[in-house]
Amino acid sequence: MESKSSEFLARSSEAMRDEHLQSVLNKLRAGLEYKRKAAILKIPNFEELKEHARAVKDHTLANLDHYLEEFESSVIESGGHVHWARTSADLNRIALEICQKAGALRVTKSKSMIAEETGLNTVLEEAGIEVTETDLGEYIIQLAEEPPSHIIGPAIHKTKQQVIDLFKNHHDLGERELESVKSIVDEARKVLRDKFCNADVGITGANFLVAETGRIGLVTNEGNGDLTATLPRVHIAVASIEKVVPTPEDASALLRVLVPSATGQPITSYVSFFGGPRKQGDPDGPEEFHVILLDNNRTDMLAGEFRDMLRCIRCATCLNHCPVYTSVGGHAYGWVYPGPMGSVLTPLMTGMGKAHLLPNACSSCGRCEEVCPMGVPLPDMLRQLRTIEREQGLTPAGWRWGLTAFMKLLQHPRIYHLGARWTTAALKRMGKKRGSIASIPVGSGWTKVRELPSPEGRTFQDLWRQKNRKGASGNE
Amino acid sequence: MTKKSDDQKNSKPLVGLFITCLVDLMRPSVGFATVELLEQAGCRVEVPEEQTCCGKPGYNSGDLANARDVAKRVIEIFEPYDYVVVPSGSCAGMISRHYPKLLAGIPRWENRAEVLAEKCFELTGFLTDVMGFTAPAPLSDLSGRTFTYHDTCTGLREMRVKAQPRQLLRNLRNVEITEMKGTEECCGFGGTFAAKMPDISRHMVDAKIRRAEDAGAQIILGGDMGCLMNIAGRMKRLGKDIEVRHVAEVLAGRLDIPAINGKGE
Ligand code: SF4
Repeated sequence: MESKSSEFLARSSEAMRDEHLQSVLNKLRAGLEYKRKAAILKIPNFEELKEHARAVKDHTLANLDHYLEEFESSVIESGGHVHWARTSADLNRIALEICQKAGALRVTKSKSMIAEETGLNTVLEEAGIEVTETDLGEYIIQLAEEPPSHIIGPAIHKTKQQVIDLFKNHHDLGERELESVKSIVDEARKVLRDKFCNADVGITGANFLVAETGRIGLVTNEGNGDLTATLPRVHIAVASIEKVVPTPEDASALLRVLVPSATGQPITSYVSFFGGPRKQGDPDGPEEFHVILLDNNRTDMLAGEFRDMLRCIRCATCLNHCPVYTSVGGHAYGWVYPGPMGSVLTPLMTGMGKAHLLPNACSSCGRCEEVCPMGVPLPDMLRQLRTIEREQGLTPAGWRWGLTAFMKLLQHPRIYHLGARWTTAALKRMGKKRGSIASIPVGSGWTKVRELPSPEGRTFQDLWRQKNRKGASGNE
Repeated sequence: MTKKSDDQKNSKPLVGLFITCLVDLMRPSVGFATVELLEQAGCRVEVPEEQTCCGKPGYNSGDLANARDVAKRVIEIFEPYDYVVVPSGSCAGMISRHYPKLLAGIPRWENRAEVLAEKCFELTGFLTDVMGFTAPAPLSDLSGRTFTYHDTCTGLREMRVKAQPRQLLRNLRNVEITEMKGTEECCGFGGTFAAKMPDISRHMVDAKIRRAEDAGAQIILGGDMGCLMNIAGRMKRLGKDIEVRHVAEVLAGRLDIPAINGKGE
């Protein structure tokens, strides 16, 4: 998908003016935080589970080539096909070829962030294939022609009324009125049922790729993943390479921390494993089974300083707890992944040039790292990205030179203290009347939205020296 | 090596006060309150003159080379002391959590950074966890007003400060904190973040102020000047009058000093 991350500031300001969005975000913040907390409280050994999950991931990443090859042979053994895609374009091309070979006119899709990453829908649609999203949230944003705003709840930015209006515009409702959430779900179900039955190809994501068995694991709450994987003639699973785990037990280790973190449930309504085409005597299943594995800069991450990011299991906890994400919502970030994990991934996948503002959209509060079940050191990585931003000369010149001068000054205490004495006296004079200063020339972003409180007028060092001098002479 | 050995007779721990650039520049009262509390708790306090700032603004903006040089200075200046105490969770966190990362792999310095990190504390954490400071009876009773407490991010997450200030307030000044919602949520300061992304920062600080109001607070306390100046400055801009104060001042009983968002003359 094309990135609009360079417009972060404008998009976020707009988002903060959008009352509907703000009401939704307020609810999200309170709701998901509470659910996660409650869920974790019910799991007495959650810390242990987290540690185990991390160990599984670290081990897998350390032997990623091995487990990917094992996965490939297991898939082949069970009659399926594995395709390797270095770039997004590769993945889209491979998927399109499979669809065309199958003579597909209609494709159903269950939720996949990888397909969002590569912009798969657009490519298929441009080739004349009808693509229908079957996850309710994805279906809603497909109708609205918007990208997802959250990696778990893609339509989380929509109010109920907005969804009803969308359905009114796109469905033939006749006399029927939609009011309750249930009526919305029923309506979607009715429309989607036909789509499921008539699809030629089903495309799903994958939460896990199990090396030992060659199966893919899918975690959903609507069951749409199962219908997408089993009803059409061809099943294509698209996944990134770091989704591989050695064994089914390892998949379950990740599952146990993923779900409580993501939705506050002990387990999702559906956890399904699929692999291989239908065998003789199987009551259902596809005739062909394909897995397309996407790299898209992940092997670079594996080899470099951002390797820990590959531990991420896309639980969205860091989004739900990020004060910036819950202020501006997901669309402000301009690409597929928002929030703290997105501010790390977007520059790494789409390039610093467009996305360098995102690592600055962080107050370094550290909440994301505190709640992340996989111990991804998000604040450190965001800081590292700001270091790269500076090295590449992308930091605005004023900031760059101002801060460098300040950092140099800190190493010259005499000049520093003289400057501090002078500054505090000057600020004190400026703020005399109001007790604060309404605008300052340096760092004017500060006074754009707030005053600078007046200082007391002398520096501590100055007063301390004076006090000690007096004290010393008093003792004589 | 340590200054303590210069002064064998005195068994009181020798504390190097890291005053922080913001307290030095904006609010020396916090510094004097800190000294008073440390002395009451049984420490000797020195304020090394050559100190400036911990270098966090540059570090957070990616200037690692200069941040390393600043870190080395701070280590040299403060390693002779038994403890380094800081009236700020943010600067204490910089020294004890980030200096070791910043100097990792640099011969000699890695170890020196780790040693300093071990003996660096945020003020209320130090008073409680290291000195076990308590008063037999409250030194004064400030319970007449409604106080709430903002857990500043770095204090909370890097220095594990949460119960300590509340316990000290109760014990020393008979102050019971009226908790607001979201007390552990960022106020939107974030150092240069507040000036780089002012609109988002405003959104965050407004949420903080709203919650303090909902709790009926008359005074917001916290342990970090940066966050307090952010909240106080926004409060001023909005014309609201919940007082914003540093916890050290209240612990020292100094409610007579004008609040950070105090009125002019
Ligand atoms: S970075 Fe951590 S909290 Fe964020 S989505 Fe990934 S695993 Fe979840």
